[in-house]
Amino acid sequence: MHDAAIVVDNLRVVRGKTAALGGVTFTIVPGKITGLLGPSGSGKTTLMRAIIGAQQITSGTLEVLGLPAGHETLRSKIGYVTQMPAVYNDLTTKQNLEYFAAILGVSAQGVSEVLRTVDLEPQAEQLAGSLSGGQIARVSLAVALLAEMPVLILDEPTVGLDPVLRQKLWDLFRSLAKQGRTLLVSSHVMDEAEHCDDILLLRDGKVLSHGTKKALLHDTKTTSVEQAFLKLAGGNHES
Amino acid sequence: MSLKITFATSARVLQQLRHDPRTLGLMFIVPLALLGLLAWVYSATPRLFDYAGPPLLGIFPFIVMFLVTSVATLRERSGGTLERLLAMPVGKLDILAGYALTFGSLAIIQATLASFAAVHLYGMDVAGPQWLLVVVALAVALLGTSLGLFASAFARSEFQAVQFMPAIVLPQFLLCGLLVPVALLPTVLQWIAHCLPLTYAVDAMKHIATETTVSGRVYVDIAVVLAFALVAILLGALTLRRQTK
Repeated sequence: MHDAAIVVDNLRVVRGKTAALGGVTFTIVPGKITGLLGPSGSGKTTLMRAIIGAQQITSGTLEVLGLPAGHETLRSKIGYVTQMPAVYNDLTTKQNLEYFAAILGVSAQGVSEVLRTVDLEPQAEQLAGSLSGGQIARVSLAVALLAEMPVLILDEPTVGLDPVLRQKLWDLFRSLAKQGRTLLVSSHVMDEAEHCDDILLLRDGKVLSHGTKKALLHDTKTTSVEQAFLKLAGGNHES
Repeated sequence: MSLKITFATSARVLQQLRHDPRTLGLMFIVPLALLGLLAWVYSATPRLFDYAGPPLLGIFPFIVMFLVTSVATLRERSGGTLERLLAMPVGKLDILAGYALTFGSLAIIQATLASFAAVHLYGMDVAGPQWLLVVVALAVALLGTSLGLFASAFARSEFQAVQFMPAIVLPQFLLCGLLVPVALLPTVLQWIAHCLPLTYAVDAMKHIATETTVSGRVYVDIAVVLAFALVAILLGALTLRRQTK
């Protein structure tokens, strides 16, 4: 057994007639925040859904914690937050968390802790449907934080949040990574790279680069992730 | 299957409905009002009310439960919560049984209210035991719930889900033996009628309404309705996919 959390080898996903992912290979080790960066439509969500086992793969292999993606055991090991908040609008914040807590076998105390973590205690009794976009997103995130899952797959969790809150969430992600958990966090905002240990740049279903920000900037001789992306994407066009 | 998750799901669906008192009210009051209207329509011919009332007692829960369930599960599918649940350690049948439990309980209340009102308020004459009317209504409600779950898999929007109601319910309504006894239908339609669950529910209701002693046929009818419900639930489980293409 190796200690890698996620191993992806030549993963291809074809949806309809187009290749959403065209031969993606990378390895993610535990205890790190990996930023999955790329423009809208680059295949970030497809890749994340493949990792949690919700997306059928066409070819290649995908292992999480040494098991093939979609394995039954992994359902209690991976926390997943979709881009669109997946919560019940006609339940209160607390009722939402209580229901998922019952499924995951988490205590009432666990629910209050998570409520505090995502800063939603004042909104506990409010219907999720009446919350602001950022607040609903945090309810959805809170569900993934209920059970202490070793792997967290977060699809654009910080989009549209105010900068103070965004900073708070990144601090939270950092503390989770320090506990030895694996975090894959997607964003289409290249600036989010500064919070990540590693950056996985995705474009048109292909990995442009994977490594630390420092290495990326060094290799591309640029000063920002945005520039690095442009350089790599441009090079891709010529080939 | 996990009973804990089934009960948690059932409680959650009930909580959702409690935040929506109007839907809950409509579920209970509409059948009562319709039966009252029917009694009024037949006020000059009470015998016809005795004939049409019991089958309708069985048909109302079917329609209401079909609609409520298909829209509720469609929301669950399109809102992303179903995908989220299926990515968790949850059995598909836990989710379906949770829905069936809550809607089944509501159906018991609805059927009890409606049959009580029909007999004691609107003067419907029922020869057999009244509790059996409730049992048939419950079986039909479970059928409506399971068919609603199944149908929701083929709807892309709430508009479509609502349109499935006339598509699935109305043919059964026309052929179930309420408008014309099944024996008097053209042969081909008789065959079709015998393949549709509502026919058995209406047959059971008619027997309970007209016979003082309960014949074995009523129990067979109820068993057939429940068998249809079970098959629809299992087909519904097949439409819950953990993985998409």
